[in-house]
Amino acid sequence: MSATVNAERYAMATQRQLIWWRFRKHKLAMASLFIVGLFYLLALGADFLATADPHATDARTSYIAPQPVHFFDDGHFAPYIYGLKGVRDIKTFKLVYTVDTSRRVHLTFLGHGYPYDFLGMNTDIHLFGLADAQRGDGIFLLGTDQLGRDLWSRLIVATRVSLTIGLVGVTVSLFLGVLLGGISAVYGGIVDTLIQRSIEVIRSLPTIPLWLGLAAALPNDWSVTQIYFAITVIISLLAWTDLARVVRGKFLALREEDFVLAAELAGASQFRIIFHHMLPSFASHIIAAVSLALPAMIISETSLSFLGLGLRPPAISWGILLQDAQNIQTLALAPWLLISAIPVILVILAFNFLGDGLRDAADPYG
Amino acid sequence: MIAFVTRRLLLGLVTVWLISMLSFAIIQLPPGDFVDAYIAQLSASGSTVSAEEAAAMRQLYGLGQPIYVQYGKWIFRVVQGDFGESMEWRRPVTEVIGDRIWLTLLLSFSALIITWGLALPIGIYSAVKQYSFGDYAFTLFGFIGIAVPNFLLALIVMYFSFTLLDANVGGLFSADYLLAGWSLGKVWDLMKHLPLPAVILALGGTAQLIRIMRANLLDELRKPYVVTARAKGVAERKVILKYPVRAALNPFASNIAYLFPYLVSGSIIVSIVLGLPTVGPLLVKALIAKDMFLAGTIVLLLGVMTVIGTFISDLVLMWVEPRLRHQMD
Repeated sequence: MSATVNAERYAMATQRQLIWWRFRKHKLAMASLFIVGLFYLLALGADFLATADPHATDARTSYIAPQPVHFFDDGHFAPYIYGLKGVRDIKTFKLVYTVDTSRRVHLTFLGHGYPYDFLGMNTDIHLFGLADAQRGDGIFLLGTDQLGRDLWSRLIVATRVSLTIGLVGVTVSLFLGVLLGGISAVYGGIVDTLIQRSIEVIRSLPTIPLWLGLAAALPNDWSVTQIYFAITVIISLLAWTDLARVVRGKFLALREEDFVLAAELAGASQFRIIFHHMLPSFASHIIAAVSLALPAMIISETSLSFLGLGLRPPAISWGILLQDAQNIQTLALAPWLLISAIPVILVILAFNFLGDGLRDAADPYG
Repeated sequence: MIAFVTRRLLLGLVTVWLISMLSFAIIQLPPGDFVDAYIAQLSASGSTVSAEEAAAMRQLYGLGQPIYVQYGKWIFRVVQGDFGESMEWRRPVTEVIGDRIWLTLLLSFSALIITWGLALPIGIYSAVKQYSFGDYAFTLFGFIGIAVPNFLLALIVMYFSFTLLDANVGGLFSADYLLAGWSLGKVWDLMKHLPLPAVILALGGTAQLIRIMRANLLDELRKPYVVTARAKGVAERKVILKYPVRAALNPFASNIAYLFPYLVSGSIIVSIVLGLPTVGPLLVKALIAKDMFLAGTIVLLLGVMTVIGTFISDLVLMWVEPRLRHQMD
């Protein structure tokens, strides 16, 4: 009985439902979807979740190790952190700030902090704040960098930049890929050969030196936003080739299908056949290709910024954070700076699994 | 076969031409002409350039003339081996680059050999022993290889070798040989330092190739001819190695053409993290200092090197893979 019901449901299901059912079976891809979603949520609420102004420097809080939050004070729930106190180093006479376990600073929920814009509203509410903080006190969940900036707050704001630069970059490459891949497949002949040879040439270029060369030419006086868009364009210029190949391949395969011939015989225009009949049939393949292209984009931006030729401070991205961890002396002194590598690895891994799952599910009849 | 070689050669030449234009564009990109930049650089360091000297330089590089004339003059000099002078070092570019280009080539090539050497046997093992403990272990290794960009891997390896082993893994030479001329001792020293950066560089590509090799071989192993061979009592080793592996190599082979550019590209960033004396650190420094002749030349040399490397790997493939030879005829 239930077998027939299932068979009936299967027969009645739309293509989208079939893809979803198939995708759902891929446990790793489902988990990855959840992780990617979580990261984008974090990116959206970055300022709300930040515990300190990511740009605020303070010489006193330079290289503070990650501070644990203590949840119970005298047996009842009242989260607090320890304050900091300055101690004069006997040898160097430098003022060194260390944890002062005698002073407990309590956390407040939805406290006030630095002002920011959220979906058009101006607010200064943050998830956590400190109740009676003295200067230099802070919730240093992941420690601080050399300039005393809170790594947790910086990391979460960097997540927003790095994840969106991937999206913008993929959109640009998708546009180029669909356009050129489509032209290549529809016109064929000399145009096709020309585009295919160009793809081969572009793919055989060493990308990092070229990106570096182009990125270095961006004027120094450009604003953070201008640099952001210029970098995405530079990355996309060399990254559209894979998408173009997927689009061309699918176009050529679908052109031979009966439903395309039927549409042609029914007198549908070329435009209608492409956008109404063919595009929906391989949209899922494109989505899969995009989710595999995204991690590559993120790595590109991270690499460029890491080398000091991508985004530039005061912009914050994963690459810029990792730049601080570049030399071994700094790492030996402040190993927590390497924490910035964790979200990079997690997101890239999640996008790869997600892409694999989507690719398997994209062809529900296969 | 000759048609295939000619086609590859032509494509290589087109690529070199494109790279030369891109390199020239990189030299030209900063605002103002580079004689202005050169004069500014020199006056910043205290020396001056007379108006006549500046005019002579503009004449030499054809500045003020149409862009294709400038490109023509530049490429003509490049072909003769004159790459211009590095503004920052005040020495000919070729002298500044020196051995670094060969070390870059050596590093990328070693990584290529390691990628092939690891991916092939591991891919075969994973396919033959599908879902075994070893297969899962290598799959995990593969995912790590894909998810950890090689510069991050270099950073992590460096950190742990520093904290756990108290060893500095950077560089390609020991302090004793750093400034010494080439000798047998120096070559041996290089051989001792080379494996670690080469493995770090190779890991990402290896992980991808293992996945491709495993998937291809699995498809191949399910085909009836394999069952037939087994039923006829052919030794298991021969059943696998003689036909399915060779058949599975074909798509694997076409991917290799893109592996070398990927490795050259990665060597830049790995070299910077590990402080290797390749062109990587030099390129980034030159770009930050807007020393465009040096930067443009490095991009050009890397590009040409990549094209030659890819061409050679194509030839090797053709020699290994008879089907490729026949397909192309």
